[in-house]
This record gives sequence, C-alpha cells and structure tokens, in this order.
Amino acid sequence: MTAMLSTNKLTKTFSLKQGTLARAAAALGVGGDAPRQVFAVNQVSLDVDQGEVLGLVGESGCGKSTVGRMIAGLLPASAGSLAFQGEDITRPSVATHLKIQMVFQNPYASLNPRHRIDQAVTEAAQYHGLVSKSEAPAYAAQLLRQVGLDPSYATRYPHQFSGGQRQRIAIARALSLKPRFVVCDEAVSALDVSVQAQVLNLFMDLRESQGLTYLFISHNLAVVEYIADRVAIMYLGRVVELADTRSIFSRPQHPYTQALIADAPRLDTKVAEHRPIQGELPSPLDPPRGCAFHPRCPHAMERCRSEVPALQQGAPGHWSACHLVHAAA
Amino acid sequence: MALLEVDRLVTEFHTGAGVVRALDNVSFTLERGKVLGIVGESGSGKSVTAFSLMNLLEAPGRIASGSIRFKGEELGAASPTRWSQLRGDRIAMVFQDPMMSLNPVMRIGAQLAETVAIHARASRAQIDEQVCSALRRVGIAAPAERMRAYPHELSGGMRQRVAIANAIINAPDLIIADEPTTALDVTIQGQILYEMKQLVRSSGTALLWITHDISLVKDLADHLCVMYAGRVIEQGPVDQVIGQPRHPYTRGLIDSLPHAASRGKRLYSIPGATPPLLALPPGCAFAPRCSRASAACSVTPQVTVAGAREFRCFHPLDRP
Amino acid sequence: MPQPSPNTMDMNATAVSGTDSATATLPPPESPWRLTARRFGRRLPGVIAAAFLMLLVLLALAAPLIAPQDPYDLAQVTIVENERAPGALSDDGRTTFLLGTDGAGRDMASAILYGLRISLGIGVASALVALAVGTVVGLTAAYFGGKVDAVLMRIVDVQLSLPTILVALVLLAVLGQGVDKTLLALVLVQWATFARNVRGSAMVERNKEYIEAAMGQGLPAHRLMLRHMLPNCMAPLVVTTTNQMANAITLEATMSFLGIGLPQTEPSLGLLISNGFDYVLSHQYWISVFPGLALVLLVVSISVVGDQLRVVLNPKLDT
Repeated sequence: MTAMLSTNKLTKTFSLKQGTLARAAAALGVGGDAPRQVFAVNQVSLDVDQGEVLGLVGESGCGKSTVGRMIAGLLPASAGSLAFQGEDITRPSVATHLKIQMVFQNPYASLNPRHRIDQAVTEAAQYHGLVSKSEAPAYAAQLLRQVGLDPSYATRYPHQFSGGQRQRIAIARALSLKPRFVVCDEAVSALDVSVQAQVLNLFMDLRESQGLTYLFISHNLAVVEYIADRVAIMYLGRVVELADTRSIFSRPQHPYTQALIADAPRLDTKVAEHRPIQGELPSPLDPPRGCAFHPRCPHAMERCRSEVPALQQGAPGHWSACHLVHAAA
Repeated sequence: MALLEVDRLVTEFHTGAGVVRALDNVSFTLERGKVLGIVGESGSGKSVTAFSLMNLLEAPGRIASGSIRFKGEELGAASPTRWSQLRGDRIAMVFQDPMMSLNPVMRIGAQLAETVAIHARASRAQIDEQVCSALRRVGIAAPAERMRAYPHELSGGMRQRVAIANAIINAPDLIIADEPTTALDVTIQGQILYEMKQLVRSSGTALLWITHDISLVKDLADHLCVMYAGRVIEQGPVDQVIGQPRHPYTRGLIDSLPHAASRGKRLYSIPGATPPLLALPPGCAFAPRCSRASAACSVTPQVTVAGAREFRCFHPLDRP
Repeated sequence: MPQPSPNTMDMNATAVSGTDSATATLPPPESPWRLTARRFGRRLPGVIAAAFLMLLVLLALAAPLIAPQDPYDLAQVTIVENERAPGALSDDGRTTFLLGTDGAGRDMASAILYGLRISLGIGVASALVALAVGTVVGLTAAYFGGKVDAVLMRIVDVQLSLPTILVALVLLAVLGQGVDKTLLALVLVQWATFARNVRGSAMVERNKEYIEAAMGQGLPAHRLMLRHMLPNCMAPLVVTTTNQMANAITLEATMSFLGIGLPQTEPSLGLLISNGFDYVLSHQYWISVFPGLALVLLVVSISVVGDQLRVVLNPKLDT
C-alpha cells in the first residue's frame, strides 16, 4: 500500500552569505572558500500512511519544523522529493495548501489581531471557492462547533480569547480548507496542561470524524508517546531512529533516543540517579564530521567520527542510524 | 526557625479595570537546604509569588498584606537599601529568560564579577577566582576563556547556566527559580536539573522552583505547593501530593498529563477554563469546574491541616 | 503510578472535547479600532484638539457660505476700503470687517477662511496621496524583501537625503505656479517618509506567524499585503499621516511666503502672511498676524491630535 504522504531524501539547505571581501576574492579567482551550505534538513525520507499519526521528535536545530514547513508547502525543498497520494508535490502550489494544512505553535501569534474570527476561518475558503460569500457565516459557525467553540464567537476578535481558545480557532481555520493531512508544529507546546489535554482530545476526535492524518511535531515525549502511532527522531537534520511508538519507548536503539527518553521528566517513573547526556546541541553551521551525535555519544567508536551512519532496519519496522546498532546486528 | 516563612501574603494589582488579587493569602515555609516546588498554570500567581518575595513587583502591583520572614527578618519592612544588600547575596533569582538577568553588552565574566564586587570587598584576583569557580560549578568548561564571552555568543542553555552561576556566586541562602528550564531543550533541561540538584546538596542552599510542569519537580523538590487562581490549594511532601492528591484540581492536573497508559483513550481534561482574576467566582475558585462542588463551596475554603499536608477544600479526595 | 480516580473520571464521559462554557461571560465583540477610539476619547488634550480641528475643517468647508465677502470676487472688493482696522465698517455699512482689511480692501476674515480652505485642502490632499504612494512602495518592499526591498529603499534613501525645502523650491521653480503643481511637489517630497515608515512596520509583521498561516492557506501576495499586513501597520502610519499633514501645510506656507507655488488668486494662509508682511512695520499688523495665528492654530491642533494618537496607539497598551 502506498503511503499517503511520502518524502524521499528531502533536503533543505541555506547558503551562508559571504562577506564582500570573500565574494570579491572568489570573483577575481584569487581564492576564498565556496559559500558555506547549512543543511537544516539532510536527506529525510519518511512515509505517513493514511489515518496514522507520525510523531516527529527532536530538539532545537534538528530540522523538524523545517520538514513540517516543506511538507505544508511553506518552504521550497532544496533537493529530494515530496509525494502526496501518489502525486508529486515537491514544488509547492495552491493545490498543496488545499490538501495539507498546518497548525502553528504560538496561538497568540498565528491569528491576525485585526481580523474577526469569522474572517479568519473563512477567508481562504471563500477565496478558493469552497464556500460562497452567503454561505460563509454558516460555514464559520459549523467550523467553530467542530472545534468545540460557541458559534457566537465568530464576531469577536482574537484578543478576547485565551490561548487554548485561539488554538482551537487556528485548528478551525486549518480545517476550513478540508485538508486530508495536517501538520501540527508544536501545536500544544504553548498551552497549559489542562488546556493541552482538551486540545489533544480534539485532535483525536477530528482524526476520527474527519478522517485526518497527522504529522505531529513536538519536543514533548509524553505527548508524542500518547498520540503518535509511529515516531521519527531527528538530530541535526537527519532521522536517526524510526519505529512504532511502543518499540521506540521500550527498546530505543539509538543512543540519542535513549538519552532523550532518560532525560525527559516523567511522572510515572521514578528516575534513578541518572547522569544526563553531556555536551551542547551542535550548531548546523558547524556540524561534527561523521555521525553528528558522536561528540556526545557514550559509545562513540572510531568509525563514528568519519562515517555518517545510514538509516537501516535493525528489527522489522524499527530503523536506526547508528554504527553500533548495525555492527551488533 | 525556617529559612523562609510566607504568611498570608496578599498581592494586588490596581488596574484600570479593577483590583486584581494575584495572590490571596499565600502561606508556605521553606527550610534550609530544602527544595520547594510551586506548580501552577497561567494565571495561578506562581510568578507573582517569586516577584513578591524579591520585592520586584512593578506598579500597579503591590504587596497588600501578609508577611515574608527571611531568617527571622520581616522583609515587608525592609528598606530599599536592605533589599539591595539581600538580593544577589542572600537571596538570588533565576528567570525563565536568561536575558532578563544578563546584560547583552557586558562580558559574562564582568557581570559575574560585578555581582561579587557589590556585596564584598575582594581583590581582582579573588573575584576572578570566584567567577571561574562558579562557572565550573554550573558545568561550563574552560571558564577562564568563557569568561570573556558576551551573552549572545552563547547558546540558550549556556546563558541559563551563566544566569545560575550569577545566582550562586555569593553562596546565597535561597535561590528563587522562575521556570528556568521551560525555554530549554530536553537534554539541556536534564543537565541543568541534575546540576541544580547537585548544587543544592553540596552547598545547602534552599531552592524555590516555580514551574507549570509537575513532572519536573517530582524528582527535584522535597515539598510541593499547588497554586490556582492566586491561592495555594494544596501543599505537602512531594511524593504524597502527587501520589495521593487531596484537592480535585491537583488530581485533575495529574490526570490530564498524557502518558503511555492512556494511548487510544481520551485524556482526562478538567472541564471549563481558569477563571479570569478580575471575575473570580465567590468562594472556591475551582468550584465551577469541580465535580464534587456543592453549595458549601460558595464560601472560600480555609486551609485544612492534616499532618504535613495542607489543602483548601470542603470535599477533599479521600485518603486511599 | 497515580490511577485516574473514579470520582473525577465520569465527568468527562459525555463532554465534547472541552466545550467552552465561558460564553455567558464573554464580553461583546470589541473591534481593535473601537478600543482605540475609546482610549482616545479619554484623553482631554486630544479631544479638545480634535474638536477644534473639526471646527476649523467645518469653517474651511463652509467658507463660501459663511464668509462675509468673497475676497477674490473683484466686484465685492474696492480699494477704497483698504487698510481698515479690525472692527471697522464697510462704506455701505452692511459688513463689519471683523479682522480688518488688507492693502487691496479685502476682508481679512473672509480671506482667512478661504485661505484656511486652501491650506487645509492642500495639506490633507498631498499627505493622503503621498500616503497611498508610500504605502504601496513600503508594503511591496517589506513583502518581497531581497532585491526588491534593496532597490526600493535606496530610492527612498536618496529622496530622503535631499532637503525638502530645496526639492520643493526647485520643483516649483521648474513647474511654475498652480495648485496642482504645488500638490505634485508636496507629494514628491513626502512619499518617501511614508514608504520608510510602512516598510518598517510591515517587515515586523511579515515575520509573524499569522502571515505565514495566511500564506499556508494559499492567499495571494496582494491580499496578504493589503488585507493582512496593512491593517497591522496602521498605528504608526496614522501618527505619521497627521505629522505629515502638519508638515505639508507648513511647507506650503513656506513656499508661498517665498512667492512660489500658489498663485495670488488662490492664496493659502502662507501667501496671506507673505502679502501682509510689508504692512507689519507700519502698524497694520492685522494683515499678517491674523493669518499667522490661523496657521499656527491649524498646525498645532493637527500636531496635538497626532501626538495623542501616538500615545493611544502605543503597542504596549494593546492587549
């Protein structure tokens, strides 16, 4: 069965601007380095099946948000390809937006403060011809009800609502274009715990009632463990581990995944005196050679310093990019 | 005598729309060398507590009544000079955003040196030694070189470490940390939590840790206060409060946390939303959302003391 | 492991995912614009200045109806009535020259009303046209960024580095006299200020998530610029507009005083001041001073309104 959304070696690079002297030197052929490339996302290949929730986990600089934006058509890919239901969507177009929508992290910033709620949730739908101007008020009411808000909110402005309510409005806006696939970029990270639970329940309800598929980007392992069917762990632009949720959390193979899980504060487990992983997150501007994790890895071998490990299947359905894992296999 | 005794603290904000009671009779104590966690959501008053304790409230906020006793001294009566003596020396604060305590145009070494110099007379060499020692204690390698860096040259985790170094450098009796790791990545947060635990154990400094994440304080704190709408609705030894919460809100908060066991099922969520502080319901602020509420809850519940546990509830959850 | 207790679990069995029960307490819809208007209404200096300005505008608009005479209708003016002091009567006893007459026998009060009309009209019109031009340039530069931004802003920089009076002088000297030419010159020296102002606030908005969200919904560039970014740039823009109106009026007065720009048949307050200047030393102050007072009052009231708006629109006060 072909996956609903599939990325193949998806890559995003940014060129660092050179100083004038360096550019002049290059133009004169007098030397100077070629412009440096920063790999925000480096050859990420992922599949998301219809109806599933794929969790994408990582810390700052890992590229997970960039992957989300490329999938949602907000950022063009530098290399690699994207396919949705078999069709190639590597170059973002308006059609992409009608199939894939995104919910952003900050509910206080993702709504236009000068627009009324009804305008916010129906403007795009009207523009793309999904509803006519006369149908718009009813459509707005329907959308608001779907996300658990009172339809009378339609005439209000964002500043009159709390963070949780604004996030629901943002979800209603995403739903207004009747997408099949929703990218949730840290969609609950900025919410209070009790509100977070409500919004997570809403996501699950919508998945069933609307038949949605999610890419759920988050740094919060507890949330991902709860909501995702499969999880991909990213580190410095690459996927380092990919498996179903239960396997990843009970038998993490990559040392980084192991560290993440051990470091995450959990209410249900009593953490033994555990020494957390040392070292800083590397900067994409100056990535380590070979395996990006080797400076912090307690099991680093000579091979790790020079060779980038490929993502390989260790156990069925469980992929990891680690020399240690595959040497043992 | 406890290190810090807060007794019925009331902080009010006189806004154009009315008087907001951000803290309503907040009381707790903190012993030397112990860690107290204050947990609450937005609007619960946890940050206002920190600012009130440090006398850093800005107009239109002010402490309306109540007492704050630090080592027996009544801080409410302290003069600005006395506060200048205490802050940075006996009581230090770490903020969520390290840039709140770091000057972007000063090298970090200079800033740390300044913290030492304003509280004690010491030679240049002694100060530098103290600065290096503090940086080392927060896990910054090569402190002598790092001292010369500017804050913007450091990563978020490093900056927060410097802010913590700034707090510990004069070996204060009390550190107040307001969501210090919320903005940091998981692995960095893990490191800092670990280091704070070590610091507290080795130096005997008391720590007041404010957070919205109850799972964070579980391993760090000895004692836990849960705040809601400006009131402390439950407090006690951390394992007891989390293991057997007496107040329905605490119970609801813990139940709302997503975890593996609830996969595939709806998460429990506390119905409704936190009331705005300007329009608090009469009596118990949680009553409109509480399944156990009754007519009795229209009166503000007083604190019930049950051994080491305290809570404000007319219908507390039973002891199992 | 704390198990969800039966006491609190059943509450959620039938609830829709946290349906909002706060409707009853939700305040009525409150547009950000109305909020601003209300805040402005609480500031006394602003209200007084705005009221006075309204009065001036009304007077200017109604000039043909309320002026005792049309000073530029040669049939109504006689040289015999010249240089009368304020309060003097006309020869036929029908009109009182409340503010005196000038060297040609024109009633000062009427001349000031008509002059107000011209000054205000030119000031407002030129500022609004410059606003339109500058906004389009600023939004385009902010939205597209990169080379577009660089090119447009360099043009703006060049324009702004030239002294306004000098540019206006040169333009008017080349173009000649006339209301339309004056308008053109004033627009040309003002648009760049608006462009820079709009580009500044638009760039801030450009990077905000709601713009990204709107792009993610497939909305086209022009809609994003005009309907999404622009409304959020209004605060500094409104203040700049009032300031520029005041500047335009003053600049035009300067031009008229120097004898270029407006023709004698359509004098603004500046031209009236200029004409009356010769008489000041011979104690016939009213020919110059009263138009001067009118100009000052006009510019000051516009400036006060602008200043109060600046305070009211301060983002720190926004919820």
